[in-house]
Amino acid sequence: MGISIKSLPKDEIIYPGNASCPGCPSALGLKLLGKALGKNIILVVPASCTSVIQGIFPKSAIKVPLINVIFASAAAVASGISAALEAKGVKDVHVVCWCGDGGTVDIGLQALSGAAERNDNIIYVCYDNEAYMNTGIQRSGATPYGAWTTTTIMGKKEHKKNVPFIMMMHGVPYVATASIGYPLDFIMKLRKAAKIRGFKYIHLLAPCPVGWRFPPSKTIEVGRLAVLTGMWPLFEVEYGHFRLTGPSRQLLDKNKRKPIIDYLRIQGRFKHLTKEDIKKLEQYVDDMWDYIKRLIKVQREEKSSSIGATESSSSR
Amino acid sequence: MRKVMLTGNYAIAYAVKLCKPDVIAAYPITPQTSIVEKLAEFVEKGELKAKYVRVESEHSAMATVIGAAATGARTFTATSSQGLLYMHEGLWMAAGARLPIVMAVVTRAIFPPWSIWTDHSDLLDQRDTGWIINMAEDNQEAFDSIIMAYKIAETVNLPVIVGIDAFIVSHTLAPVKVLEDDVVNQFIPKKERFSYVLDIKEPVTMGNIVLPDYYMEFRYLIEESMKKAKDVIKEVVREFYKISGRNYQGLVEQYKCSNADVVIVVMGALAGDAKECIDQLREQGYNVGVLKLRFIRPFPSEEVRELLSSKKAIVVIDRDVSFGKGGIIYDEIISELYKCEKKPPVRGYIAGLGGREVSVNDIKRMILETYNDLENGKPICECKWYGVKYEVIR
Repeated sequence: MGISIKSLPKDEIIYPGNASCPGCPSALGLKLLGKALGKNIILVVPASCTSVIQGIFPKSAIKVPLINVIFASAAAVASGISAALEAKGVKDVHVVCWCGDGGTVDIGLQALSGAAERNDNIIYVCYDNEAYMNTGIQRSGATPYGAWTTTTIMGKKEHKKNVPFIMMMHGVPYVATASIGYPLDFIMKLRKAAKIRGFKYIHLLAPCPVGWRFPPSKTIEVGRLAVLTGMWPLFEVEYGHFRLTGPSRQLLDKNKRKPIIDYLRIQGRFKHLTKEDIKKLEQYVDDMWDYIKRLIKVQREEKSSSIGATESSSSR
Repeated sequence: MRKVMLTGNYAIAYAVKLCKPDVIAAYPITPQTSIVEKLAEFVEKGELKAKYVRVESEHSAMATVIGAAATGARTFTATSSQGLLYMHEGLWMAAGARLPIVMAVVTRAIFPPWSIWTDHSDLLDQRDTGWIINMAEDNQEAFDSIIMAYKIAETVNLPVIVGIDAFIVSHTLAPVKVLEDDVVNQFIPKKERFSYVLDIKEPVTMGNIVLPDYYMEFRYLIEESMKKAKDVIKEVVREFYKISGRNYQGLVEQYKCSNADVVIVVMGALAGDAKECIDQLREQGYNVGVLKLRFIRPFPSEEVRELLSSKKAIVVIDRDVSFGKGGIIYDEIISELYKCEKKPPVRGYIAGLGGREVSVNDIKRMILETYNDLENGKPICECKWYGVKYEVIR
């Protein structure tokens, strides 16, 4: 897409010196959001780390209009804002949900699914730090297998809920994953989403130094290793068309993926894992990539059998 | 003024149409459904230019109108019973964020067991949320109250509920005098802008964390607006009288109260039966009156004290219950009268839960029993259950 760091605006939508922890991926993500879309944004923030990061009344670290909302309601509030803007004839303002994984994959899933099904004109970003970090590291539906949290002190017994795929199956115009380790990929996806009318979903992996137990200086590194080990594939689904992006394009071949142990061993939350646990995680990653492989294969076959199909025919 | 046969629900839908909300979000629930069905029809036929968001739950219905109102839109939603309970945390947000949302509530009993009939426990469960709570007696009042609700809400920056009783009002046809479009437009002109909204030209952060040094002030301001709402309601009622010829008096409607010895306090559709009952009793020589509570929040404290303190006895009918305490309205009336020098005894009856009929004769029995107890020197201050079939539960 030809985005270079130098071409990005210097201006940001979040002030420095905000209340985020050192190495926080959400504060960094908000910076990137502003660099991607500018200031014509209305932010919707459910209970999450960002409730704290924005600062304490009467001050605010956020330079764009922001509404804090009840936990389960972000997508629905955004639908209302979007409807009101439309009713008032306001154009070129992006309604952006900025929600944690709890507010997205657990308590907010119903409102999210409803807004997606209605194809309301929203950009929904889930910054996924894989646990309830704001309340002090409790497991969520997005916590991966084996991870220590304060409510899974022996390690989580279940795998991560794959919400990007769930959103893909809603048939919305745009679904993407991103990692804070690849900012330009994230910006490219935000800009693409901003050009599309309807419901857009971007799931941003947001490694949390505090909750994942790694030094604050390593947020980007962990975000990159998640991708390079295949734990977190980068992709986008535009009008039903699935496409791997960034380094993930090379990773369909398992041999090109780094061993997942490289990702696991730099995080304290995985330090208790047994060999069996690691095998289980490897299997999960392999299964996910097999699924992606099949998805791409089916897509190719469909494309070759239906020449002339237009982009819009796969959208609603 | 045109007269149209409308159910209570349709009366509300037609009134909402005249108020021209920008955004409607709703989820169906019996017995409210026909309100939002009718509104959907208006929107699809192009008779009402509103964005209609067909949400997946009541929680999201409230969230959607919150988002829209925070962006400066005039909004509407409607619900009942479980739906109202499901949006409960949203009600706190709407009031806390000072959003002038108008919502119709068709009161309905709470599960379990399932019951779709009228009961005021759902409505009264919202009384501490910061919403202005208005209960209409009949179809005409339902229609009129919606129009007044927008004016009240947008003046004091608090959301307003307009309640009606399930089926007795919601599904019963009655003639309704319908106001003309331009009359309503003039009565509730749309504001250019609410005091603060989500606007990229003037960015604000709404609802971020406050430490203990500011939270109380936010709460105090809501209380202050609630108090201000009392005067605003009275003023709106006066103005509405000018455009409609219908006088709703204020926060309460008194019926033959001034020279009465005993006054019966009711809310909603029961007021109609109570008035009929009082007329019959007066023919038999009983000096009785009716006090209809039109508003529960803000509570008509002054009116209650002024109108009731000099009476021999008060009878309150509660179509609701607070388990372990009794009738909710009963307690509210007593707590108000405690402030008076002269404190009349108050008899309460919990009756008509889950839509059980409370007839004119039932009301008569309650009043006569109270008279009897007065004459025989028996204690009055008690909240009784009326009409419970003890033989079924023993």
